[in-house]
Amino acid sequence: MASNAVAPRILEPISWTRKLSNNLLTLFAVGSSILVIVPLFAIFAYLVMKGVGSINWAFLTQAPKPVGEPGGGMGNAIVGSGIILALASLIGIPLGIGAGIYLSEYGHNWLGNAVRFTADVLNGIPSIVVGISVYGLVVITQKHFSAVAGGVALGIMMIPTVSRATEEMLLLVPRTIREAAWGLGVSQWRATLSVTLKTASAGVITGVMLAFARAAGETAPLLFTAFGNQFWSFNVNQPTAALPIQIFAYAISPFDEWHKQAWAGALVLILLIVAAVTAVRVVTSRGMMKGAS
Amino acid sequence: MGVGIEVRNLKAWYGSSEALHSVNMSIAANQATALIGPSGCGKSTFVRCLNRMHETIPGTKVDGTVMIGQTDIYANGTPAVEVRRRVGMVFQKPNPFPTMSIYDNVAAGLKLNGFRNRHRLDEIVEKSLKQAALWEEVKDSLKKKSGASLSGGQQQRLCIARALAVEPEVLLMDEPASALDPISTGKIEELIDELKVNYTIVIVTHNMQQAARVAGFTGFFLLGTMVEFDKTEKIFTNPSDKRTEDYITGRFG
Repeated sequence: MASNAVAPRILEPISWTRKLSNNLLTLFAVGSSILVIVPLFAIFAYLVMKGVGSINWAFLTQAPKPVGEPGGGMGNAIVGSGIILALASLIGIPLGIGAGIYLSEYGHNWLGNAVRFTADVLNGIPSIVVGISVYGLVVITQKHFSAVAGGVALGIMMIPTVSRATEEMLLLVPRTIREAAWGLGVSQWRATLSVTLKTASAGVITGVMLAFARAAGETAPLLFTAFGNQFWSFNVNQPTAALPIQIFAYAISPFDEWHKQAWAGALVLILLIVAAVTAVRVVTSRGMMKGAS
Repeated sequence: MGVGIEVRNLKAWYGSSEALHSVNMSIAANQATALIGPSGCGKSTFVRCLNRMHETIPGTKVDGTVMIGQTDIYANGTPAVEVRRRVGMVFQKPNPFPTMSIYDNVAAGLKLNGFRNRHRLDEIVEKSLKQAALWEEVKDSLKKKSGASLSGGQQQRLCIARALAVEPEVLLMDEPASALDPISTGKIEELIDELKVNYTIVIVTHNMQQAARVAGFTGFFLLGTMVEFDKTEKIFTNPSDKRTEDYITGRFG
């Protein structure tokens, strides 16, 4: 080899121990990533095994039947979850994105630091604490459980995730892009919404979807707020069924039939979350330009 | 048509450090004026004061008078947003909006300011891209391709078209060709020559040949002061100040 002809070298040729440690580390990295995927697929496979047998049209469209009567389903809980999550998104997404914009564009001061700290603490608060707080604030005041109370609880849980994700993503947009907009005489709020936020939108949407998926699976905050309901209810001021509550109630029941339905409910919940996230991805990527970062 | 620029006692700060010390300058209408000088001499800061871009950096301050035509841009009650509509800017690194198509990039200044007449927009986009000598290369993929998918030189011409679309009177160019290859640089320089018929152009450059090629007037900056400002010919052949001569002959900087 020509390289052997070069006489003095500072670095020794790569030794076999270095090659070995290199290979070992690569192996470790690959192994770790596989181990990360395994539980996800294991859970999903187990859910399908246990739950798919009980999913049928009646399960998806009917409310629960009384104990002992066969059939019935979680249709009301699916719709209820949808209502509660829509309310939660209505609260959590605008507030979260708004706060994120403030933090990234203006929040380099004591107020920004306070908001950032609060959001991080809020993110770490156990969800049952959020539930009981909303119970005190909304349910006691309204004097009844409701979908609104459930939406408020989940919405509060979404805010910190959405705002910190928005902030991080906006900070990734280079200053030159903002300056390009300002240089055209575009007002600051317009530049922020139509240029900076739009440039960061892929990341912001990921943050929103993370928050949404997490909220969709929350049970504890709903126990004291939406409460659950065995019947259909489309009134946001009434106790409302939700998939996680229904799954919880059925799973701890002594009836085999209900256990099966709990498995099916869990599978449906996961599939609905995947469907929602995929749908949002497809719809929002349609507006994006090719070659855009 | 372009308008003249009168700068009187312009000072600018970053925090507590003064980056410009009382600069005075009269920039002629419908001319290209080049600003040269070593890195950190204040020439970029100076052009960023001409469209009130300097003040967007936290902790900065400006003092003095800048007249764009008849408008005192630092007077109370002159909105920065309006100043920037009249004084366009092209930056050192091409910065097209990455999520927008070529068409939307050019139309951005108008659309984001509430201009909605689609027929007029089409006309203006075409005219601006033609002025920026980019039309032929992109006319078939106006709405299909992202501005970010173009080559560096094309992106910079796209940014020029974007600045022209709002029909400014002055065009500031902060080292517009420093990130480009010689062919793209040549195109930008030809462009400057054509554009000065309709616009007043101020171009910051590190490339002295470029200043000599495109500009009728040249200003030499050093350590935050304007050392000399004269016809380009005079600056490059017979400068009055020893420091200018040292710089253009490569003895320092």
